[in-house]
Amino acid sequence: MAKTYYDPADLRKFGKITEWNEELGNKFFDYYGKVFEEGALSAREKSLIALAVAHTEQCPYCIDAYTQDGLQRGITKEEMMEALHVGAAIKSGATLVHGVQMMNKVNKLEM
Amino acid sequence: MIKSLQKRESDLANANRQLELLSNGIFANGELPTFKDKIAETNQFPLTPNKLEILQINLGYMCNQVCEHCHVDAGPDRKEIMTRETMMQCLEVIKKTEAHTLDLTGGAPEMNPEFRWFVEEASKAGIKDFIVRSNLTIIRANKKYYDLPEFFKKHNVHVVSSMPHWTRGKTDKQRGEGVFDKSIKALQELNAVGYGMPDSDLRLDLVYNPSGAFLPGDQASMEKEFKKALKEDFNIQFHSLFAITNLPISRFLDYLIASDNYEDYMHSLVEAYNPAAVSSVMCTNTISISWDGWLYDCDFNQMLELKVASKVKHISDYNEELLQDRKIIISQHCYGCTAGAGSSCQGTVA
Repeated sequence: MAKTYYDPADLRKFGKITEWNEELGNKFFDYYGKVFEEGALSAREKSLIALAVAHTEQCPYCIDAYTQDGLQRGITKEEMMEALHVGAAIKSGATLVHGVQMMNKVNKLEM
Repeated sequence: MIKSLQKRESDLANANRQLELLSNGIFANGELPTFKDKIAETNQFPLTPNKLEILQINLGYMCNQVCEHCHVDAGPDRKEIMTRETMMQCLEVIKKTEAHTLDLTGGAPEMNPEFRWFVEEASKAGIKDFIVRSNLTIIRANKKYYDLPEFFKKHNVHVVSSMPHWTRGKTDKQRGEGVFDKSIKALQELNAVGYGMPDSDLRLDLVYNPSGAFLPGDQASMEKEFKKALKEDFNIQFHSLFAITNLPISRFLDYLIASDNYEDYMHSLVEAYNPAAVSSVMCTNTISISWDGWLYDCDFNQMLELKVASKVKHISDYNEELLQDRKIIISQHCYGCTAGAGSSCQGTVA
């Protein structure tokens, strides 16, 4: 058994998920590939979005994958860090905006 | 400035040691298939030449730079350079060859004291595409090189130059402190004499290779990014960008091992293997000639001291017909030329 839950080498095995359900696995990878093609957004922009989401989802596989993908695309570390701050701002904003609910509740309950 | 592996007396300065490393470990224990087994899957073994198109001549390993990824292990401390005698033997071949492209490389080929004489003589042979691979900084390295843009123009040389990124940080990290600023200045000087301008016949192409343990991105997208940034930031223009994969040999191999990236990098190369690239890898249309006149399937095999598998092994015995009838020597470094869209000195191949 692996000593940790996450093994970096497992990322390379991602494609094997099709082995236990070929139809759904293939549909997922077809969809995934299509999403990252050049479209109204460039593949470069999509890579930066993926990197930011990888961090907000705290997925170590995705962080490794999209850091490497960004480097391959010539994305600079300054651009990567800015993308992360967008993710972090939304994440912290999403926490703080719930403060309104807290305030509403307090205001309703308190005399 | 770092020293060459040879000067440091590194284990990896030895070609046999590199070949051992590339054949052992993950390739010996079955974790990854050897290149031979991989190309055999699509009946492409043995690899044989197509029509000869390019004669690539390495004028020497001496260079004013010591780039971290250099597959030549070039640097100021390397003294191996081609003599006029060997150049004369090359000229005899250039006059008769079927190849349409002559490609001078190094080190910094301009540092060879016979460089200008050789270019003048070779340009008389009527070769269609005459390339000089210039590292750019040589143009600004010393007063005696300042007129190189004019010299290149006079002989209608096609200039191909390395430029790892459009930002200072990434460029200097790979190629040394101050390289970016000198390269920008050199590019502006090449533009000033007409190189790289949209309607100019004076061709100026840039070579991008990744500054680390990752593969190059899509060549067309990278070219777009480079063109936009260099034009906006420095008013520099060029024709095409060649995206080249770093092959795991020499100083790049040393870097991969020292940074604990070797196995992951080899996995990346094997995962990106593209069988469609195999039939047009550069060893199938190129002969590489070393500073001392030996013949190789490519510049990488030259650095691994893998001479052509032919009766003809030296420029003094050159025979194009016999050379065409050879099997190309391969090893695991060849995965670097078949990854993704493929990689060659002329960029992608598939």
